[in-house]
Amino acid sequence: MNPARIIVVAALLIAACLARAAEIPPAERRSGSSFMAPDSQAMQSDDTANPGMLWVLDGEKLWNGKAGTAGKACADCHQDARVSMKGVAARYPAFDKALARPVDLEQRINLCRVRHQQATPLAYESRDLLALTALVARASHGVGIETGADPQLAPFIATGRDRYLQRQGQLNLACANCHDDNWDKRLAGAAITQGHPTGYPLYRLEWQSLGSLQRRLRACLSGIRAQPYNYGAPEMVELELYLMWRARGMPIETPAVRP
Amino acid sequence: MASALINVPKKARRGEIIEIKTLMSHVMETGYRHTAEGEVIPRDIITGFSCRYNGVEIFRADLFPAFSANPFITFFTVAQESGKFDFEWTGDKGFNDTASASIIVE
Repeated sequence: MNPARIIVVAALLIAACLARAAEIPPAERRSGSSFMAPDSQAMQSDDTANPGMLWVLDGEKLWNGKAGTAGKACADCHQDARVSMKGVAARYPAFDKALARPVDLEQRINLCRVRHQQATPLAYESRDLLALTALVARASHGVGIETGADPQLAPFIATGRDRYLQRQGQLNLACANCHDDNWDKRLAGAAITQGHPTGYPLYRLEWQSLGSLQRRLRACLSGIRAQPYNYGAPEMVELELYLMWRARGMPIETPAVRP
Repeated sequence: MASALINVPKKARRGEIIEIKTLMSHVMETGYRHTAEGEVIPRDIITGFSCRYNGVEIFRADLFPAFSANPFITFFTVAQESGKFDFEWTGDKGFNDTASASIIVE
């Protein structure tokens, strides 16, 4: 191949990269569950076969148990989570006035523990925090996502979107390169999917456990050989916020099952 | 915080074949994994499961390290009399948990 042809080929490759598919139109959005095998779908939809429900059960016990020096249980203020928390997860991450920035569901639970129960915050990915988050999010099962309706969130959605489109890591990939441009393809036998966080916290068979969206994002970042954001980092929450905003209108599936 | 999810039909016809599904919360640590420091993580698994139908054992299973976490065990039996199913899981580190479910046979 002569140098001129190499330049032409290189220019075409660059053009192909620039001519990225735009954002996925609303009608073409698909939940991660639609990419799964029927066996995994059946596991998710049967409440007695879905291992994520074990965390929801644990969450109910924690919800009704007193914690912290205030000696209050979640249920003392919020009563039955299945009723009072309906639709809440569909609005998160949400804007917290005191912090003047968005917080996700895990952070909201911990803020509630610190501010109202005078208890210590639970560690990220600890069984108790996942259990409480699963219980709260489960109450919104089937509710359409409406994250981002609050206008105060607009600048954070914009920075989250920038991060989503930002190439990073040794493989120099942005989230969008896989989840907007190539979601209909497979990566080493696994479906790439559109990356809509409709079912978190979810039970991943690979993890043999429930896990948060932040855990999933950290795994994705390691996959592209980038430095993962820390748990609870503002960058992480902005990315979560953008992803939830991107999935607005889709029903919450928590606790979902994924391979 | 061990907890179990049991699915037994509430009602069945006499002689009907019914499916029983059980899901038990457990880490099922194999004993073959190591920490970052190289220390073996000790085995911690459920080793036995049994189901009694009105006191009579109708199903028993031995479990081994290759089982996934939160083992899901399903089996079939014939609905004979109204009564109770008692489930029991036993395992390493003195693990023992029970659950029960009732059925009405018409």
